[in-house]
Amino acid sequence: MNQRGLSRILQALRTPVGIVASAGLLLVIVLAIAAPFIWSGDASRIDILHTSQGASHAHWLGTDALGRDIFYRVLVATRLSVFLAVLAAAIGAAVGIPIGAVPAIVGGPVGRLVTGFINLAVAFPALLVAIFVASIIGVGAHGAVIGIAVAIAPYYARLSQTLSSSVAGSEYLAAARMLGVKRVRLLTRHVLPNIAEPLLITSTISIGDALLSLAGLSFLGLGVQPPQYDWGRMLNEGLNRIYVNPEVALGPAVAITLGALTFALFGEVLAKAAGAGGARRWLRGELAEADAASVRAGVGSTEPAGRAGAGLAGAGATDLVLAVENLTVSFPGGAVPVRDVSLRIEPGEIVGIVGESGSGKTLTAMAIADLLPAAAHLSASRLCLFGEDPRALSTSQRRRLLGRSLAVVYQDPMSALNPALRVGRQVGEVAEVHQGSSKREALGSAVDRLRAVHIGSPESRARQYPHEFSGGMRQRAVIAMGLMAEPKLIVADEPTTALDVTVQQQILRLLRDVSVSRSAAAILISHDVAVVSQLCSRVVVMYAGRVVEELDVGTLVDGPAHPYTAALVAAVPTMASDRERPLASIPGRAPTPFDDLPGCPFAPRCPRASDLCRAQMPPLEQRSPTHRAACWHPMPAGADIVEEVAV
Amino acid sequence: MTAAPLSLGRQRNWWAVHARTAYLFRRTSRLLVSLVLLLTATFFMIHLVPGDPVRAALGTTAPQSLVDARRAALGLDKPLVTQYLDYIRNLLHGNFGTSLISGERVTDVIKDRGPSTFRLAGIAFLVAILVAVPLGILMAALTRDSKRRPLELGFTATAGAIAAVPSFLTAVALVYVFAVKIHWFPVAGQGGVSSYVLPIASLSLGPIAALSRIVRVEGLRVLEQDYVRTARGKRLPARIIYLRHALPNTLTPTLTIAGLLVGGLVAGTVLVENIFAWPGLGTTLVSSVAQKDYSTVQAVAVIFGAVVLLANFAVDIALGAIDPRSTILDV
Repeated sequence: MNQRGLSRILQALRTPVGIVASAGLLLVIVLAIAAPFIWSGDASRIDILHTSQGASHAHWLGTDALGRDIFYRVLVATRLSVFLAVLAAAIGAAVGIPIGAVPAIVGGPVGRLVTGFINLAVAFPALLVAIFVASIIGVGAHGAVIGIAVAIAPYYARLSQTLSSSVAGSEYLAAARMLGVKRVRLLTRHVLPNIAEPLLITSTISIGDALLSLAGLSFLGLGVQPPQYDWGRMLNEGLNRIYVNPEVALGPAVAITLGALTFALFGEVLAKAAGAGGARRWLRGELAEADAASVRAGVGSTEPAGRAGAGLAGAGATDLVLAVENLTVSFPGGAVPVRDVSLRIEPGEIVGIVGESGSGKTLTAMAIADLLPAAAHLSASRLCLFGEDPRALSTSQRRRLLGRSLAVVYQDPMSALNPALRVGRQVGEVAEVHQGSSKREALGSAVDRLRAVHIGSPESRARQYPHEFSGGMRQRAVIAMGLMAEPKLIVADEPTTALDVTVQQQILRLLRDVSVSRSAAAILISHDVAVVSQLCSRVVVMYAGRVVEELDVGTLVDGPAHPYTAALVAAVPTMASDRERPLASIPGRAPTPFDDLPGCPFAPRCPRASDLCRAQMPPLEQRSPTHRAACWHPMPAGADIVEEVAV
Repeated sequence: MTAAPLSLGRQRNWWAVHARTAYLFRRTSRLLVSLVLLLTATFFMIHLVPGDPVRAALGTTAPQSLVDARRAALGLDKPLVTQYLDYIRNLLHGNFGTSLISGERVTDVIKDRGPSTFRLAGIAFLVAILVAVPLGILMAALTRDSKRRPLELGFTATAGAIAAVPSFLTAVALVYVFAVKIHWFPVAGQGGVSSYVLPIASLSLGPIAALSRIVRVEGLRVLEQDYVRTARGKRLPARIIYLRHALPNTLTPTLTIAGLLVGGLVAGTVLVENIFAWPGLGTTLVSSVAQKDYSTVQAVAVIFGAVVLLANFAVDIALGAIDPRSTILDV
């Protein structure tokens, strides 16, 4: 074990649990060493006038059949109980560890044989193995210790086998082998030191186990024999009196429990300390994964600006499929990944939302679909889906409204389907729940919808599990799922990102066909301007959680007003791209959801930015009936953002 | 492969069926090898006893004629190979030989004692599963998204402590509280339904604690999966999300742990039967060990060992059958 491991353990021992565990362990060790010296006189003093008594002031746990004080006997028995447990664990380790290391060193059929034998031995309950071995050797402390050692050995062997096989693959061992280091030396100098830490943890825990097993054997009368006594033996003698003097049985029982728990707890503290590095790594991974939604404490919190995002979204027509105003999504800790977004979708319209990852487009979609993570907080001055505010509805009303009219297509079809349910069931379920169809009817409509999304032989496909589907087919199945009801709005969150390029086209075409044939509106979320311009009539560009431009596809291609949109368009290579020229990229990094800049969020990366941009957020201004942009210095028509960057 | 031809689908199915058969074959042969090893180990046990096991069992005062007669009855005077083959042949016919001490047929003892042990262990196993799985799922549902932190802490700490206490100490505590203090259940013995309560509770409490912790953690993992969001996106009622979409995906680890619990339960019966004076194989095993009745010990070891091996086998087969991805088939 290295220096860092040691300091990690010391640190773990300073936690409250660590302190309790170490104090307990210290007490057990001190008692095991000192108790017999101090109290063995009291423990063995026979008092025939006070035999088999209950608890009293003189005898806290009563007396046994010969009038000996049980409390002192429990204390004195610590030594034998713990000593035998340590001995059994030590013998088990001494036998098991070398056996487990054999496959890594020898390899070949012998190694496989040993591995198989270990696997078989671990399957048998330790106590039964111990009883079996003890019965061969003979009833008594000897037999019990060897029996438990034999029972524990396979666990050590399994552990050292797993550990040493990982060490065996390492390069330094190969190097040592090449240098002709002898096998025994290989084991003692190269394999064992690298597996010392987990073995130490296992040893601590296995001493606790051995303590329990020994107590069990002694309790059964197969372990320590009189006149010797350990806790298990005392429990055995006390149990007959549990009706009259329960404390006589409970005293040893509590001693066994506390003794075993102490070792188990100490082992757990050690294991936590050893695993601490791993846990920290895990935490980092979690944070990275949470991306825009990540919760980092201590970063300044923000209040969403209260300005109404007037303009296009201002119209209050009730026949709109969706109308949102000033939608803001925030997380505890100060992250505000979506700020002040206003959006309006007319029946049958396909609208694209584009932006870099972290621009808040997915959370905007999930907010609309009522699928935000539990920690997220949504606020909006207006939220109207199919003419109703879902926030004002009861849970069941909202479920019915969204379940019938809203379909969601997710980013990763590989994980969006439940691996344990047949595809037909998953697709048809909506009809069962929301339309009251029978299972058979639901399956029938599921097959029908699977056919509608061009899945070949839908009857047999419906009986298959998702793992039997390709990625494209799974995405089709998810779309079919959305078609079960009569969707008025399809929210597709990067539906093609996880798919092959050839399949992407098919899925996009399918989405458009579905939208047209069912006259359903759709929101298509993508980081890819090319995908969006192919499918949508109108595009909303998001940056750092805000809408920076909203325009029709024609304007998007001809001349967007916002430099960010222009840069996005320029970043898409076309057949006409000049291959001599490097592909356009946007310098710098997007602000995080924690940054609340006073000015335009794109200003730090924008070639056109002025002091005004950095000081004040530009409003989303109407430029034409179908075009709004939030920019103090909009691009003149026909300007080339790439050349501006180059200058 | 958007419109895969039907033939391809069929071929895949054929491979899936084939893989399943191969897995079944591999797993069955492993069971057979394990059983043979178990029988061999138990056979040699009697020969590993230092000295003459018959003399050891009958004591130094027993007349030599009796010892010789018992030796002959057990076939111990035959060559080792013949003895081994006889042993296997007898076991296959359900004949466990004769007791070293009483001369009784061990088969009768097992027929007499076995059912009450397996009733105890079987009910305890069922109780453990039926309580632990709903409890674990409920706890996962209540503590998801880092909600109800105190409940989470209380549950994990309590379950962790209970799981660490072995069944025979749980039994002592339960006897003290429910039989000695408030007289709800009998202290010991096998009688009516009430006599089953404490032994089964002692056997199942630890497994319930251990299993429900695993189910909760698995449940939390599953509830974070994308397909649960899909289920939410379908606006399914919470009941269906938990029971139909989350629960089946926790089955694999649950079953794996449940299989491991069987071994612990079998060992637990030995101790618990002795605490409750239960007329089962556990008490038989302990008294036979104490009396050096090696042939009975041998028989009980074969029975318990076979139960553990068969339980592990059943779990593996069930895992192969219920897991649609059948990842286990490649193992």
